[in-house]
Amino acid sequence: MPAVTIDKAYVKNEPKTATETLCYHCGIPCSSDAISIDDKAFCCDGCKLVYEIINENGLCDYYTLQSHPGLAQVKAIRNDKFSYLDNEEIADQLYKFTNGDHTIVTFYIPGVHCTSCMWLLEHLNRLNEGISESRLNFSTKEVTIHFSRSRISLRKIVELLATIGYEPYISLDDTSKQQTKTYNKQRIYKLGVAGFCFGNIMMMSFPEYLSQRTGIEEQYTSLFRYLNLLLALPVFFYAASEFFVTAWKGLRQRTLNIDAPIALAIIITFVRSVYEIGWNVGAGYLDSMSGIVFFMLVGRLVQERTYKSLSFTRDYKSYFPIAVNVVTKDGVVSKKLQDLKEKDVVQLHHDELIPADSVLLRGVARIDYSFVTGESEPVSVAANEKIYAGGKQTGEQITIQVIKPVAGSYLTSLWNHHAFKKDKESDNDNESVVHKLSKYFTVILFVLAAATAVYWWYFDPSMIVDSVSAMLIIACPCALLLSATFTNGNIMRILSNNGMFLRDATVIEQLGKSDSIVFDKTGTITHGAAEVVAHGHQLSEQEKDMLYTVASQSTHPYSRAIIQWLGERKKLIFGQWKEVPGQGVEAVVDEKLVLVGSGKYVGVIEPETGTTHPAVYARIGDAVTAFVIKPAFRKNVSSVLANLKNRFQLSLLSGDNDRQREDVERVFGQDSRLLFSQQPVDKLNYIDRLQRSGRRVIMIGDGLNDAGALQQSNVGITLADDVNNFTPSCDAILDAKRLEQLPAILKLATASGAVMKLSFVVSVVYNVIGLYLAMMGVLTPVIAAILMPCSTISIVIITTGVSSLIAYRQGLRLSEVNS
Amino acid sequence: MSALFVLVAISMVVAGAFLAAFIWSVKTDQYDDKDGAAMRMLYEDESGKQIK
Repeated sequence: MPAVTIDKAYVKNEPKTATETLCYHCGIPCSSDAISIDDKAFCCDGCKLVYEIINENGLCDYYTLQSHPGLAQVKAIRNDKFSYLDNEEIADQLYKFTNGDHTIVTFYIPGVHCTSCMWLLEHLNRLNEGISESRLNFSTKEVTIHFSRSRISLRKIVELLATIGYEPYISLDDTSKQQTKTYNKQRIYKLGVAGFCFGNIMMMSFPEYLSQRTGIEEQYTSLFRYLNLLLALPVFFYAASEFFVTAWKGLRQRTLNIDAPIALAIIITFVRSVYEIGWNVGAGYLDSMSGIVFFMLVGRLVQERTYKSLSFTRDYKSYFPIAVNVVTKDGVVSKKLQDLKEKDVVQLHHDELIPADSVLLRGVARIDYSFVTGESEPVSVAANEKIYAGGKQTGEQITIQVIKPVAGSYLTSLWNHHAFKKDKESDNDNESVVHKLSKYFTVILFVLAAATAVYWWYFDPSMIVDSVSAMLIIACPCALLLSATFTNGNIMRILSNNGMFLRDATVIEQLGKSDSIVFDKTGTITHGAAEVVAHGHQLSEQEKDMLYTVASQSTHPYSRAIIQWLGERKKLIFGQWKEVPGQGVEAVVDEKLVLVGSGKYVGVIEPETGTTHPAVYARIGDAVTAFVIKPAFRKNVSSVLANLKNRFQLSLLSGDNDRQREDVERVFGQDSRLLFSQQPVDKLNYIDRLQRSGRRVIMIGDGLNDAGALQQSNVGITLADDVNNFTPSCDAILDAKRLEQLPAILKLATASGAVMKLSFVVSVVYNVIGLYLAMMGVLTPVIAAILMPCSTISIVIITTGVSSLIAYRQGLRLSEVNS
Repeated sequence: MSALFVLVAISMVVAGAFLAAFIWSVKTDQYDDKDGAAMRMLYEDESGKQIK
């Protein structure tokens, strides 16, 4: 049904002319030299190859579930790219399970995006008989493959995935001890059990509540009471166990933590209820107790929501390859990165990461250090010069010799900095508002309990035990704690709907307390694509095609900027191509010499324009066009900064040189601190200095070069174009498209403190009523059972309601929008 | 009134069964991939189909 598919394609991509054809596989418009088989057009050989594999194996449902589901196959995969997987030692570390033959392996596949992807990846067994089963977890983009090692090797599987367009991402991190990121299942079981018991205890208690007026038969009273006791056992011994454990841990370190008063209240309630039921003097407070446990567990679960597919703790290991190609006497062998030693000679291909500090032996090295320093322009390196780990080679294959082991290199040494050793979480936790409040609360409660005991000792000593235990039951600080957990939980939920994901709830409070923001430049304030302005000779359409042809042969960022400016164009036939790294490219197109590069290379005297922007010149025949390349700021950056300036001290730290100072000053204004040519360690130290002067700092960065600064800051926010992509370790991940909402997000975080205080006041009112009744010795189980859920529910309504209202006023999204 | 004993017993059994079902569904990772299952149901079972 090709006609139908093409119709869909038009809807999806809206091509300008009706004659334009889209690649059947990936949906990219095909140029005139499209390859076609079976009436279907393909933009390149790669896409055609994938189609052929899929069609031969009868898997064409792939194309019917979604039109053009494939990824563009323009990047050919190097033949020996995965040869390291033949190394049994490396392969062994990747296996999740193996019994010698039957083996299970899990890969992260960044390219997964639609139903078709899922369908194809779950039908891998039709592509190769060695694979018995494959299953994709769509949320985490992880595919788990069961295969037989005697029939297919790991390398073959990875190569198969790569040929059908789903190249897995395999990094050094996969081989180190795996931390399972699964959510806390134990807590969910506990919640289930507590909810079940709470509901049933409430039901069984109902006759008791009503019995005061009507009276129920004796046999049922004790039946319901003993059933309640039976149901309360799992709540007390299983569901509530974590409160006891943390409270006990705190006591052993001689501190009263938040869980201590809760644990005390639960124990006293349980003991008194057992006594009342056992000695047949009352119904006990088991309904209140199981309610406390259930609501507390719900609150914690709401607050501790985890974003399973996001990682907040990545270090350099996630970025580094598992193995590298080492040249030895016996030829090129792949060697595990951990085994890489000094003096090893390593071969690197285009786009590969330099694993350790090295010197260049052979080849034209143009190293892209944007990863390490933020400097976006590749650096040319001469033979015998030093190359630092973390750079990426662009261009041809080079040979380098390692001079420092992986762990000792400049980039990795950043991770040995003390900023990475301290436990940030516990640092922040000690300052938490809730913690302070709960300490006061506990002290006040004990004072009141003592006063009550003294009072009754004078007037009626038989009332002491009753009233004091009732006080401790009713005054459980759960309303106080719930106000924090539900406020935080709701704010985290709202923020995640707005593209901001927090590592945990303590980050909200830290955000609210901050008074300084430090920005990184490249990738944070500006983004990849640059703005290009052409001066001089006006290019004709024909000349634009010629320029496109030549510029597209170079990987230099300026060439890419020009290509982007030119848009999608026809490639012409060219000859005599030549590239001088760092200078320019040239080729003959249509019998005319086309030069693109620096003024010197092209042969023009650079005019004194007074502009500090880099310019690239293009010469076609005799006509010269100058392209001024300006940084492209992210959308609305200046309004965001203007908004933030009122409340925060702003700074900018850039790894780039200060050529763009003028542009940056324009968006930041005069009173912000702008620092250029900052190394990763400089960034870290700058934040440290700010903190020493008493400031609380938010660092917003994007790359590994900001990792130190992100770690040192009070709140490190990573800006990511794709939140599922690789981000350095941080406290929060912000979707770059939502940068404009940053002021609103910060306001919401600041407001969270006020919301908590408000709900705290409400819970104090409930507590005062309850405590008064308890001190008077008239607190009956019925009143406790009414008061407790009422306070809980009103707290939940107030916290979520008020925080949602503030978010709404700030223009944040309240519900999830699938886009 | 002894019917109450039977009814209480039945209600406990039914509620317990739901609790067991809940724990089973968590244990078998049914909440791990909430997006995947919605897509998997769109597959057709037929095999070996080629687009003509």
